[in-house]
Amino acid sequence: MSDHVVEVRGLTKRYGERITAVDGIDLSVRRGEVYGFLGPNGAGKTTTLRMLLGLVAPSAGSVSVLGAAPGDPGALARIGSLVEGPAFYPYLSGHDNLRVVARYAGVPAARMDASLEAVELADRGGDAYSTYSLGMKQRLGVAAALLKDPELVILDEPTNGLDPAGMRDMRRLVRNLGTEDRTVLLSSHLLGEVQQICDRVGVIDRGRMVAESTVDELRGGTELIVAAAPSDVARARLEAMSEVESVRMHAGVLRVRADMRHTALINRTLVAAGVAVTELRRDERQLEDVFFDMTDHDTDVQETEHV
Amino acid sequence: MYDTVRAELFKLRKRPAAWVLLAAAAVLSQVFGYLIPYLAYTTGDSDSFTGRASPQDQLASTLPDQLLINTIGGFPVFAGALALVLGALMFGGEYGWGTVKTMLTQRPGRGSVLAGQLVALGVVLVIGVAVLTVLSAVTTTGIALAENQPLDWPSLGGLAGGLGAGWLVLMMWATLGAMLGVTLRSVALPIGLGVVWVLGVENLVSAMATSVLTALQPVRDVLPGVNAGSLVAAVMPAQATEPPPGVSASVSEPRALLTLGLYVVVCAVVASWTSRRRDVV
Repeated sequence: MSDHVVEVRGLTKRYGERITAVDGIDLSVRRGEVYGFLGPNGAGKTTTLRMLLGLVAPSAGSVSVLGAAPGDPGALARIGSLVEGPAFYPYLSGHDNLRVVARYAGVPAARMDASLEAVELADRGGDAYSTYSLGMKQRLGVAAALLKDPELVILDEPTNGLDPAGMRDMRRLVRNLGTEDRTVLLSSHLLGEVQQICDRVGVIDRGRMVAESTVDELRGGTELIVAAAPSDVARARLEAMSEVESVRMHAGVLRVRADMRHTALINRTLVAAGVAVTELRRDERQLEDVFFDMTDHDTDVQETEHV
Repeated sequence: MYDTVRAELFKLRKRPAAWVLLAAAAVLSQVFGYLIPYLAYTTGDSDSFTGRASPQDQLASTLPDQLLINTIGGFPVFAGALALVLGALMFGGEYGWGTVKTMLTQRPGRGSVLAGQLVALGVVLVIGVAVLTVLSAVTTTGIALAENQPLDWPSLGGLAGGLGAGWLVLMMWATLGAMLGVTLRSVALPIGLGVVWVLGVENLVSAMATSVLTALQPVRDVLPGVNAGSLVAAVMPAQATEPPPGVSASVSEPRALLTLGLYVVVCAVVASWTSRRRDVV
């Protein structure tokens, strides 16, 4: 069994001569991981996801999803997806909409109740879809994605329209999905969410993949910020320490790369050398900082949410 | 495909618009097939029917031996237009709501989904024809009993063949609506274009081909409505009253049958080809 659930090479989608929505991207999602797919609006995320599901035909490149071509019925039976918002029949109840999806998918209707329970929609399952709030529609979309008990779950902005509590619940749900031997491919604007949930991320910008790595690797190693006087003495002392990997002066403070377990030793060493330490703290780059560095032009990415 | 057919039938059973269309077809069939002729019989004066069907002819047109024509007489035009609307709603609605992506990201492939939808459409039309037939049978039985007329029913074979022809007429219009719904990816435009065609353009071309420009007759003879009317005319029994609108033997029965069958196949193929090739965005 292949280690890669999704394998994409040189994937390209052109609309006419002038528009290239996706431009030769490579992407791989490993079995059992939660993969974050990031990018500003219009970067090509949804088009890529649509190509993975066989909804949109690639102009060039190769795609393998669960070992099959996109849109292969056998593979689709093992994929649950919610792409660019939920789409259901307004005259049917949430429960009946799931019944329709279950019949298309060929799964037992008995799974409907469990799916509605999973998204906490069981008590409104009998109500017409047209009466649902945006958040409830979104949750029904996730319920439909889970109906097949899929190996691969593709979720495109699953927290759209959800209130803070709903976002928290969705984050918990996605995290749980990732611990159940499933593979999750999550597209999101909410970088804090991705940082908390995802094992690896891919960043797409203007149709091109600009990075693909683990979250930690993208964020880079943690540094210590040291404000000390005299700074030249402090720097020399730090550079002499075998526990310190590197020292650089930036914006009036020393930025020290070292194992954080040596923080107390560094402090003691400086004090023992007669250096006055006025500040000593960790500096962790957030995924958001990295994202903006990579997509350094006007974007409409939302603020990182902290629920 | 069986699961897709079940899903489609479930959706149609729950869809209010499908019931409204069936109700409209039933009302039209009952009003023009029975109510108006019966009122003409009960209130009509024999002297005023010079040159037209007499009150007795009107009554005769409502009796059980006329069950077939009273059931399928409206299929080429009025019920046909309703079938076209049903096809457009069923297929175009998926694009309007965006549910086409929900369907296509489940298990079945595009061809299987479309085939399942067409089969479900055919099944629903069989049910619709059956409902209209039963309603007509009930009404004509009531009139015959009330007027002490004989309960002479059409032969089973003749009835089955006629209802089958009626189903083909509705299926042709519904598949045309389905094709328009898929190719135009909407509901309103296919319905507008389709209804204008059924109720307007066909009649206009037919009238012109008969009167001012007979060179148009070859064109007229391939029109879907003309062939639908010809097929219904071929299977209906002799009657004293005027045939329903659009029912006229312009082409032979085998040709009409073949033409309608070809329309169904061509519309299904075009819809399938379009659905398979196009991106779902």
